[in-house]
Amino acid sequence: MHKFWLIFKREYLSRVKKKSFILVTLLTPVAIAAFSAVVGFITAMGSQVELEILVRDESGIFEQSAPENGRINYTFSQKDVEDLKRTYQEDGYNMLLVIPPVDELDQRTFNGMYYSPDKPSLSALESIEGKIARAFREAKIRQYALDEKVLEGLRTDFDLENGEIRDNPTEKKAGKLNIIIGTVLGGLMGFLMYMVIFIYGGMVMRSVMEEKVNRIVEIMISTVRPFQLMLGKIFGVGAVGLTQLAIWLVLIPVLLTVVTLFLPGGDPQSMAQMAEGMQQVPTEDLDDFNVNAFIREFFGMNWGLILPVFVLFFFGGYLIYSSMFAAIGSSISEDMGEGQQLMLPIVMIVLVAFYMLFPVLENPNGSLAAFASIFPLFSPIVMPARLAFDPPIWQVFLSLVLLAGTVVFFIWLSGRIYRIGILMYGKKASFKEIGKWLFYKG
Amino acid sequence: MPILELDGVTKAYKDQVAVDHVTFDIQKGSIFGLLGPNGAGKTSLIRIITTITGADDGKVIFDGEPLSSHHPEQIGYLPEERGLYKKMKVGEQLLYFAQLKGLSRPDALKRIKGLLGRFEIGDWWDKKIEELSKGMQQKIQFIATIVHEPKLIILDEPFTGLDPINTNLIKSEIRKLNQNGTSIIFSTHRMEQVEEICEDIVLINKGKNVLEGRVADIKEKFKENVFHLEYEGQLPDILNGDFHAERFGEQALRVRIEEGKNANDLLSVLIKHDLAIKSFREVLPSLNEIFIKQVETIEHA
Repeated sequence: MHKFWLIFKREYLSRVKKKSFILVTLLTPVAIAAFSAVVGFITAMGSQVELEILVRDESGIFEQSAPENGRINYTFSQKDVEDLKRTYQEDGYNMLLVIPPVDELDQRTFNGMYYSPDKPSLSALESIEGKIARAFREAKIRQYALDEKVLEGLRTDFDLENGEIRDNPTEKKAGKLNIIIGTVLGGLMGFLMYMVIFIYGGMVMRSVMEEKVNRIVEIMISTVRPFQLMLGKIFGVGAVGLTQLAIWLVLIPVLLTVVTLFLPGGDPQSMAQMAEGMQQVPTEDLDDFNVNAFIREFFGMNWGLILPVFVLFFFGGYLIYSSMFAAIGSSISEDMGEGQQLMLPIVMIVLVAFYMLFPVLENPNGSLAAFASIFPLFSPIVMPARLAFDPPIWQVFLSLVLLAGTVVFFIWLSGRIYRIGILMYGKKASFKEIGKWLFYKG
Repeated sequence: MPILELDGVTKAYKDQVAVDHVTFDIQKGSIFGLLGPNGAGKTSLIRIITTITGADDGKVIFDGEPLSSHHPEQIGYLPEERGLYKKMKVGEQLLYFAQLKGLSRPDALKRIKGLLGRFEIGDWWDKKIEELSKGMQQKIQFIATIVHEPKLIILDEPFTGLDPINTNLIKSEIRKLNQNGTSIIFSTHRMEQVEEICEDIVLINKGKNVLEGRVADIKEKFKENVFHLEYEGQLPDILNGDFHAERFGEQALRVRIEEGKNANDLLSVLIKHDLAIKSFREVLPSLNEIFIKQVETIEHA
C-alpha cells in the first residue's frame, strides 16, 4: 500500500506540477470566459443601434400612439415627403420613415417606406415594425370599440403535464422545462464522460508507453509489482483529471458570471433590448422560458441522487477504459500505429455509447435507454445522461453493481496483459498474441 | 554462507527454454561473474532473482529464506537497458527510487546527499535527467542502484558507455561496497573486466550452466601445459621430440609439454644446451579463450 501511494503521488505530482498542465487548467476557463465576453460584446455592440428617425406619418396613427423614445428616437414632421427626403440627413437623422394615409383599418397588412443612407439592421427594422404594428392594433381596438380585457381573455393556452407526478404530491412538477433541463444536463454529462475517457485514458496509455520505451519499467518492477505500478498510474492520472475538472467546475462559472456582470451588454437593460430585437423567437416559448421557473426547476432536480451517482459512474467509466488503455500502452513499443490498431475496438465501443445518447435522450425511459444504461461498457456514458429523467432506482443500482464487477474484471484483465506486455520488446502485439499473455504464468 | 542459492531453476517461454535447470551458489561478500553469450538466458535469470518473473521450477534461496516479494528491497539492480524518468529532477528521482525500496524520506535524503557528494555531483539535485549526458545519467542510475544499501547488487554491463575515468570511479565504488560486505553479481561478456573484478563465475549458455567455480581454479583446470620462454642467443634444435614448441616473436617460444613430462624436464634440457633463459612462466588461458572454447564446443556438440 505504501508503494502504491508513492507511485500515485509521483504520477499525480509530476503531472500537476507541469507548466503545461497549469497553463491548460487555468487558461481554458479564461479562454471560455474571454470567448463569451467577445461574443457578448459583439452582440451588445450590434444591438446598440442608436437611430434618430424622422417620421412623416400621413395616417396619424403612429404619431397618435406617441411611441416611447429610447435607443431609437422618433421625431414627427408634417412637411412634404419630397422635401424631407432631401433634407433629413442634413437635419441629423439616420432614417426617414413614411407611413402612407390609411383609409380602411380593416386589413391585416399595412405598408410603409423607409429611406436611409446605411442599411439598417434586421433587428432594428423589426423593432420599428413591431412598434408601428402595435400602434395600428390599438387603433383597430379603438375603432371596433373592443374591451382590452375581453381581448386578453381570448388568449388561450393548453399545457400537458405528467399526471403520475401530479398525483404524487411529494414529487416536483415535471413539465416541459424539466425535460429541457434533463436533456441538456444529460447530454453534457454524457459528453463529459466521453471526453474524460479519451483525454485521461490517452494520458494513461502514453505514460505506460513512456516507461516501457525508456526502460524504466524494468527497475520499477524489480521493486514493485506490475499491478501496483499500473494501479498507481491509473489512479494518479485519474486524480489529475479530477483536479482539472474540479478547478474548471469552480472557475468557469465564476469567470462567466464576472464577464456577464462587468461587460457592456451584460446589464439587464440591454438584455431586454436584445430580447426585444429577437422577435423571431415565438413569444409562446419565451413565456414558458421564465428565468425564475428555470432556476426553480434546476435546483428542484434530485441532485442528492444525481451527483453521487454521476461521480460513481465517472470513476467506473474511467477505470474500465483507462485500464484498457494501460494494457494497450504496455503492448506496443515505439510504434504508435500499432497502438491505433489496438485502440480501434475501444474507440468504437465509446463511439457507439456516445451516439446512443441521442436516441436515449429522445426517449429516456425506453427499452434502448434501459439496456444501454445497464450494459457496463455503455453505462458510464449513458446512465449519467438518463439520471435527470428519474430512471427507476433498481436500474441505477443494477447498473452500478454490474459496473463495479466490470471494473474489477477489466483491471484484472489489463493487469495480466500489462505485466507481460511491459517486458516484451520487438514483438508485434496482435490480439492473438495479447490473448496468449493472459495465460502466461507469473 | 551463501547470499543466493539457485537449485534447478527453470523458466520456459512459449517457444524456448530460457533457463534450464541452473544451479549455483553465490557466497556472501563475493563478486560473482554471471557470464554468457547474448541470448544465453542471463537476463531471464536476473529477472527471476529480482522477482520480476517467477521460475517455473526449482528453488531460489535468498539469504537463507525462499525468495519472496519483500526481498527486492535488499537487492539493487542496474539493468543493461538503463532507464530514468527524463523529465524528473535528479534529486526527486533518487528520492522516489529510494522510497520505493523502503527507505523513509529523511533516511533517503541523507543517503542521497552523501552519495551525490561522494560522486562529486552534489550540485546536480535540481538538474533534469534529460539535461545530463549519457555517462552522467549512468552515474545517477548507479546511485539509484545502491542508495538503499542492498545486500546484493546485480550489475548488468555496468561500464558500457562510460569513459575511463568514470569506469574507474564505478569500479572502485564496487570494490568499496564489496569490502563493506555487499555481494555483487556482475553480468557481462567483457572477459577482461571479469578477470579483473570477479572471484567466482558461472558461465551460462543456452539456458544451462556449463562452467562454474573460482576464476583461479577454472584457469588451472583449463590450462594446457603451455609455457612461455624468453631467451638470448641461438636456440639449439632440440625441441621437436618431447616438447612441442612454437616461435613466439624474435627471442621467445611457446612450449607445450606432453603428458608424463614436466617443466623441470624442459628446463634441464635447455640448461644442458647452455641457453641463456631470460624468463620462464606458465601460460594460463584467459577467460576469453575458455569462454569461446566452451561456447563453441557446445555449439558443435
